[in-house]
Amino acid sequence: MTDRSLKIRGLVKEYKRGVPVLKGIDLDIAGEGITAIIGPSGTGKSTLIRCINRLVEPTAGQILFQGMDLARLKGAELRAARRRIGMVFQEYNLVERLTVMENVLTGRLGYMTAFNAWLRRFPPSDIDEAYSLLETVGLASFANQRADSLSGGQRQRVGIARAVMQHPEILLADEPTSSLDPKTSVEIMELMADLAGKRNIPVVVNIHNVNLAKRFCGRMIGMTGGHVVFDGDPSQLNDTHLQEIYGGQNWIE
Amino acid sequence: MNATLPAGHPSRDPFPANWPARIGWLALLAYVVWAAAQLDFTWSRFVSGLDNAHRFLTRMFPPNFGGDKWEMIVKGLTESLEIAIIATAIGIVIALPIGLMSARNLAPMWVSWPARLVVALCRSFHPVIVAIIFVKAVGFGAIAGIGALVIASIGFISKLFAEAIEEISLKQVEAVRASGASFANVLTFGVLPQVFGRFLGFCTYQLDSNLRNSTMVGIVGAGGVGGTLFAAFQRFDYDFVLAILISIISLIFAGEILSNILRAVFLDNRTISAWFARGPATKVIAKRGEEE
Repeated sequence: MTDRSLKIRGLVKEYKRGVPVLKGIDLDIAGEGITAIIGPSGTGKSTLIRCINRLVEPTAGQILFQGMDLARLKGAELRAARRRIGMVFQEYNLVERLTVMENVLTGRLGYMTAFNAWLRRFPPSDIDEAYSLLETVGLASFANQRADSLSGGQRQRVGIARAVMQHPEILLADEPTSSLDPKTSVEIMELMADLAGKRNIPVVVNIHNVNLAKRFCGRMIGMTGGHVVFDGDPSQLNDTHLQEIYGGQNWIE
Repeated sequence: MNATLPAGHPSRDPFPANWPARIGWLALLAYVVWAAAQLDFTWSRFVSGLDNAHRFLTRMFPPNFGGDKWEMIVKGLTESLEIAIIATAIGIVIALPIGLMSARNLAPMWVSWPARLVVALCRSFHPVIVAIIFVKAVGFGAIAGIGALVIASIGFISKLFAEAIEEISLKQVEAVRASGASFANVLTFGVLPQVFGRFLGFCTYQLDSNLRNSTMVGIVGAGGVGGTLFAAFQRFDYDFVLAILISIISLIFAGEILSNILRAVFLDNRTISAWFARGPATKVIAKRGEEE
């Protein structure tokens, strides 16, 4: 199996010149397990994740994955790399007027010619897989419904199925549970952990709920002000760290 | 601030007079009166004209559908209908890419700028003026009318289509991009599904509009029933004029019903029988007022 680890070196992102959001991030992410990134809003967690699949353009630094520097890819090479990077979004980002099936098959679009995509001529093996994934996420009977008819939890299940459909070699999740109720949040994390675990896909997840992160993730990274300030096992994370990451202490019981 | 002032305080005035606005209204009124006088737009002029109207109206009745008149009407209306449908079809095919290219959230500036220029040019002139230009360029007949209405269709559909695209949710597009899809596939799966319904709305509306305009371009020799109508006017053949007007009204009504059915089928996913059972769909087409 190919190496699925990720090395980030000196990653800087400035949306405005001279005002960096990420101030030189260095991280090594192993090719397995779930890594959580926690930190206050506006600290660059989302930016960090989006730099990896280049939904955001990094200003400086390297993102090394399978011998490529993702930060430097262009055009067809970039698209080829994106095919191998799955992403789950906070607000699900399903195409609302497409059916659930079409949304799941969006994961295969990188392999489709424009003509075949227009005519929805996906290979039968992809369609079989999409049905079986929908079965796994418990939405088999919803295949032909429009995505905007689903609830939040259901949408996120489709979002996960879409990402897994890519056969990703790394899965990014940008606050996948932040728009969901506590019970659904746990179910979504379980589903993601289960699917990724069985397929040996490393997961990097931004998450606000520290307890949820501790429960599902093998490693936690704490960020604040564009820097990494904690990196270690969930059991090592204590109140002092949390104070450093989020500031203040009244919110910690 | 004023609320804290005591009662009877001189500056306590909840609705202060807006003198500049009052002067503006007065000036407008004065101009209208002056302009009306300039154009001999007076009651006595209107009354003296009524005489004419009486003669005109009496000669219109009964409408004359007889003999070869009916054939001329059918021939003219058929040509108008053909002009409208061909022009709409060609217009849609050209407006789709131009609309995509004009959308500033998808296309880079060097693409969207020229595309927007084309749209602006297409919208600069009334279809009749464009029809005159085409008649001069390619000669009398339906081809000039088709050309004029194609231009009108491109202008209207591209502009509203581009605006619809500029309002889409980029989150949905982002997710499709993240899958590694090519630009064409991002359009097919991320952009078009979001705007397709509105695009169809613009197209049916333009078909409606082209139908009306196709009965008019004939006046300048660009084909269709308009030519017949104009000739009838010039021969003072008023009973034939009325017959033509009634036929045009019927055609427009039929067109209205047709485009409502198209909308019901494509936009609301309702079957035709359901449309007849429940009446026309609520008006959902945005920015209808833009056109005229």
